[in-house]
Amino acid sequence: MSHLSTQVTSLVVALGLASLAPASGAEEITFVSQGGAYQDAQAKAILEPAARNLGLTLKQDSSPKAYPIIKTQVESGRVSWDVVDLPTGDCVRGQAEGLFEKLDPQLIPNLAKLPAELKDDYMAGYISYSTVLAYRTDAFDEKSAPKTWADFWNTKDFPGARALRNLPRPTLEIALRADGVPADKLYPLDVDRAFKKLEEIKPHITTWWTSGGQSAQLISDGEVDMVQIWNGRASAVQAAGAPVAFTYNDGILETNSLCVLKGTRHRDAAMKFVNEAISAKLQAALPMIIDYGPLNPEAFTTGTIPAARQAVLPSSPENLAKQAVLSAKWWASAEGVKAEERWLSFVQAK
Amino acid sequence: MTQLTTIQPLSGNAVPAPPRVLFTSPAIAREERREHLTMVLLLMPALLMVVVLLVLPLLWLGLQSVQGEEGLSLANYTRIFTEAIYWDTFGTTLQISVIVTALSILLGFPIAYAAARTRGLLSSVILLCVILPFWTSVLVRSYAWLVLLQRRGVVNQTLIDLGIISRPLELVHNTTGTVIGTLHVMLPFMVLPLYSVMKKIPNDLLLASDSLGARPFYTFRRVFLPMAAPGVMAGSILVFVICLGFFITPELLGGGRTVLVSMLVQRNVELYHAWGAASAVGLTLLAVVFLIFWAVNKVIPIERVLGVR
Repeated sequence: MSHLSTQVTSLVVALGLASLAPASGAEEITFVSQGGAYQDAQAKAILEPAARNLGLTLKQDSSPKAYPIIKTQVESGRVSWDVVDLPTGDCVRGQAEGLFEKLDPQLIPNLAKLPAELKDDYMAGYISYSTVLAYRTDAFDEKSAPKTWADFWNTKDFPGARALRNLPRPTLEIALRADGVPADKLYPLDVDRAFKKLEEIKPHITTWWTSGGQSAQLISDGEVDMVQIWNGRASAVQAAGAPVAFTYNDGILETNSLCVLKGTRHRDAAMKFVNEAISAKLQAALPMIIDYGPLNPEAFTTGTIPAARQAVLPSSPENLAKQAVLSAKWWASAEGVKAEERWLSFVQAK
Repeated sequence: MTQLTTIQPLSGNAVPAPPRVLFTSPAIAREERREHLTMVLLLMPALLMVVVLLVLPLLWLGLQSVQGEEGLSLANYTRIFTEAIYWDTFGTTLQISVIVTALSILLGFPIAYAAARTRGLLSSVILLCVILPFWTSVLVRSYAWLVLLQRRGVVNQTLIDLGIISRPLELVHNTTGTVIGTLHVMLPFMVLPLYSVMKKIPNDLLLASDSLGARPFYTFRRVFLPMAAPGVMAGSILVFVICLGFFITPELLGGGRTVLVSMLVQRNVELYHAWGAASAVGLTLLAVVFLIFWAVNKVIPIERVLGVR
């Protein structure tokens, strides 16, 4: 149905009869995210209120792998999505491939509120999650627990089984932090140094996990005593009653950003929608439902998020100060791609 | 005239065959043609399916695998043969496939033997135990092994409680775990062909051997075993070939270190979006399978193994 109407509309436009098309009711915009509990939470906290505030008709679509679809839509000129929520790396890539509209600061005044490293001309930081160090509380008490990646690498003082992610991102960052590189001096990553540091810990790694669920299972079943894990997974394991704790200390923060598709027929509405979605008020509502951190710093001063909740969010000012922000730009660069290719031979070599 | 008229029907009766053959042979040919056509029509759906779902995608894979940045290129293939990581992966895959196949013969033979040589309920129960896992998802079975084999899993906990070991054995997140999990999934593929071959071995032959004075083991070795060999061969080929492309169990139980060819394909697509490289790896694996089939065929004709002849 939507496909048909899209085609009919584009036909009308193509014939130069756009002015004759009836302006029927509210303008419609299509927002796309990754689906699941994450999108449901967004819909409730951000998307539906934003559409209401702007008097727009909101349509949602979801795709865990949206990037190739975006590419196809833009390149074929049949754009049916307007605003997309993507891992920031995809935003960087898409920008290079010319898939996105330049954001209009006039229509998105809230952009000014975001810290510089969380936005650029084509994307606005949206939400965040963090890769943290979690450990079993039945293996370590609070005093003896590993608190940094250097501790994670220190097998003498912190004995126990360990697991890391079977991907270089952000495992290379973690290795460099363990090797003493300051959080603000990580990029460009010293890839050789990172792999060298990883060789040190390799014999002590029980499992190189590939999925978030696996990392949760490993620590929740006590298969390992410490693990690299996403904060949302760690919180879920805790909520399920497993004796697990985690620290944001030395965490690596990653973000999703919002982009507007090039060639959208609802450019202004899409820009206004982005503005609403990153407003402090709506951003503050999201972490009350799900374990993602808002990126508009003012969200933490709206009074919506209680102090106890702030303490477990990856992007609260207090936790943000302890972490490094992953550079999606570096990973999208040629060096980043090469580092990614090098991973497999590292993990497989005996 | 009268004689003639009497003779004619007689002679007609005496040599009935030639005219009838002459009369019916076009009909038979027609019938044969019709039958042939029916066969072709009946085969069409299967044939179409094979072409659409197998031949075309394979051709497409082939095309994809030789597409370089600029025009045609064999870069994806040269990489397979020059980079250690690819060699290692093929090596690990072959090694695990051989180990699993050998172990499945060792474990599967006695099970199939027991099922084939017993009667009634017991035989059904044995077969049911073999087939039952078939109805459970491979994913579920792999997780079940995780629960059993992991550090604080049932096996290690029991062994520690019994005082047999003091530190947990490393049974999973490595090659050991991969082999155990894969073996469990593969066992029915060994037992079922073995069972069907063993079931066909006439008991009379074994009795004859016994009555000629052979000891039980001699009878087993010289009479039973040679006749069961095609079953072993068929099971081995099935297990080995499925192992070569196995994915879920090694991914879950291998701890990220045991990388098999299928995982290489997945990683190339998922992580690096390198469809060309993934296609080349897939086709190389297919070529390896064909090579193995060809080699086996030299030793024992495939038709015999699969019981066609």
